[in-house]
Amino acid sequence: MEFFIQILVNGLSIGFLYALAALGFVMIFKSSSVLNFAHGELLAIGAFFFLILATSAKLPIVVCFVLTLVGCFALGFIIERFFLRPLIGEALIEVIMLTVGLSVMFKGLMLFAFGGNFFKYPSFLPEALAIDWGMIHVPSAYVSSFIIGLLCLGVFGVFFKYSSQGIYMRSVADHQTAALSLGVHVRRVLALSWAIAAVVAAMSGIVLGFMHGVNVHELSAVGLKVFPVVILGGLDSIGGAIVGGIIIGLLETFTGGYISGSLGEVIPYIILVIILMIKPYGLFGSVEIERV
Amino acid sequence: MRRLIFRPCGNFKERYEQEIAIFGTDFGRVWVWIGLALLLGVVPFISSPYVLYVINNIGIAAIAAIGLNILIGYTGQISLGHGAFFGVGAYAAAILATKVGFPFWLAVLAAGLVTAMAGMVFGIPSVRLKHLYLCIATLAGQFIIEYVLMNWKGLTGGPEGMVLPTATLFGFDVSSDRSFFWVVFVSFAIMCWVAVNLVRSRYGRAFIAIRDNYLAAEGMGIPIFQYKLLSFGISSFYAGFAGGLWAYYTISITPEPFTIFLSIQYIAMIIIGGLGSISGAVFGAIFITMLNEILSSATEYIMNLEVFAGGALTLAPLREFVFGLTIVLFLIFEPRGLAEVWRIIRSNFRLWPFSY
Repeated sequence: MEFFIQILVNGLSIGFLYALAALGFVMIFKSSSVLNFAHGELLAIGAFFFLILATSAKLPIVVCFVLTLVGCFALGFIIERFFLRPLIGEALIEVIMLTVGLSVMFKGLMLFAFGGNFFKYPSFLPEALAIDWGMIHVPSAYVSSFIIGLLCLGVFGVFFKYSSQGIYMRSVADHQTAALSLGVHVRRVLALSWAIAAVVAAMSGIVLGFMHGVNVHELSAVGLKVFPVVILGGLDSIGGAIVGGIIIGLLETFTGGYISGSLGEVIPYIILVIILMIKPYGLFGSVEIERV
Repeated sequence: MRRLIFRPCGNFKERYEQEIAIFGTDFGRVWVWIGLALLLGVVPFISSPYVLYVINNIGIAAIAAIGLNILIGYTGQISLGHGAFFGVGAYAAAILATKVGFPFWLAVLAAGLVTAMAGMVFGIPSVRLKHLYLCIATLAGQFIIEYVLMNWKGLTGGPEGMVLPTATLFGFDVSSDRSFFWVVFVSFAIMCWVAVNLVRSRYGRAFIAIRDNYLAAEGMGIPIFQYKLLSFGISSFYAGFAGGLWAYYTISITPEPFTIFLSIQYIAMIIIGGLGSISGAVFGAIFITMLNEILSSATEYIMNLEVFAGGALTLAPLREFVFGLTIVLFLIFEPRGLAEVWRIIRSNFRLWPFSY
């Protein structure tokens, strides 16, 4: 029984993490309809940035955190300005390939700079955060991931629904030309959406770094795992990202725990294909109504 | 033989067949014959074994890239599973050759057919999924096939892989670099010819109609599901055929090379080469294979220079960086690919002196 609950807790925390990573992805998709294959690398860049600031520069933790967020915000701006703007209007597969190229580029750069080693963050989380309930031990890293995850998801849900910038983003995602004609500054909205997505990715990267250690390959692999999450939940639904993340996390850990580790890697994809056959736009995605 | 027309001084086409002929003037026909003669007659004798190895790889990659271009460029279905189908073809050829005892040519053809069926199975989601969702479903297919290849030990030997018997054709041993070169390029010529004619036929027109506006295509009476499945099947046949050839060339195969990175390389090939044109696929295959080889030799060369001998610097990741950078730069500056560049060069000559 404890094994079951331990796996349940693991699955939920991994699921929340996937949901957090998927959030940035959905944000980019919601505003510019771009599938961002480089998301895993954005996670890794955020995590490594924090690592350098915390270990080499030895700044206080809060300063590191804020600086990482600012740096990734700027990185999002740069990516959008130099790499995506020239491709406005081109076919979708070109933009997807561009993000693939970006992901290979960033990964190569990071491997060159840091190698494939595992790094550890200096531990600064208060141990009081860890929950011990009978035989089950939830490390403070997992609990903090829950807290940060819930916070982010709440903030961004509200942001998209009620704030004016969020509404601009949704309008740009819906119909760019109509948004332009209504006076929305589309270029700024696109840049902002990439910047925010990079920030969210950095936060997920840092939290992942707490849980599993910082390693380029592992963090980039999470970027690929985000896809079943996002598709399951629906490409343009934030709530769907949460639900999809939790489902995929639970599936992965349960199959990994009870059947076999490598099958646990593949099961999310099999379930994904099955669910897509029944609900082709994901669980909560908005159905594209096609007009003839 | 009729007189060769090189520069027609007007439009003399009288029948539809002349309109859709592959070569407008006889320049193309003459160059095709000269090119084939050079390729099959001269190149194998003047090249070193390493160059032959690279060229053989280019030929095999070009066959698979043509298949992928039929799927993505002509039918508009984005598929990220091409690397896995290449692997299915390689393993199918290996299994048919070792466990069932097929001869070389039959194993490769049958591998193509097996992969075509697998491709059709993974094309079934295309009936309900569009664009991005189909893209991710094929990504799922890639991972599932990779998992099956790695873990179905009874059939595929798991991580140890399989060893193939030597390739023999009509009793001759064709597994050396030079004789395999002929096998690869004769089959490349045939597959290329089939592909070019396929896209001129009613099937090709149906594919293009599906890509451009599938609702209108359905309205005109094209059964899009059958044609989408056909497109998946044809492109997987090409991938499987190329995989089978590759398996015989590298005599032992493991499940390692058939990762998502291989699928990405194939997509890079057709995008850099030019979507929607057969020659684009070939250009892209040449470019990407040579880029990989140049990067490997460049990093080896730089690592061996005295300057870096002191530090423990491994430049291998920079290879990935330059690969990604090339893709990004190509997409930003020439999104229509090398086929477009070639077309501009050709029309430059054709329209001279009005070639601005």
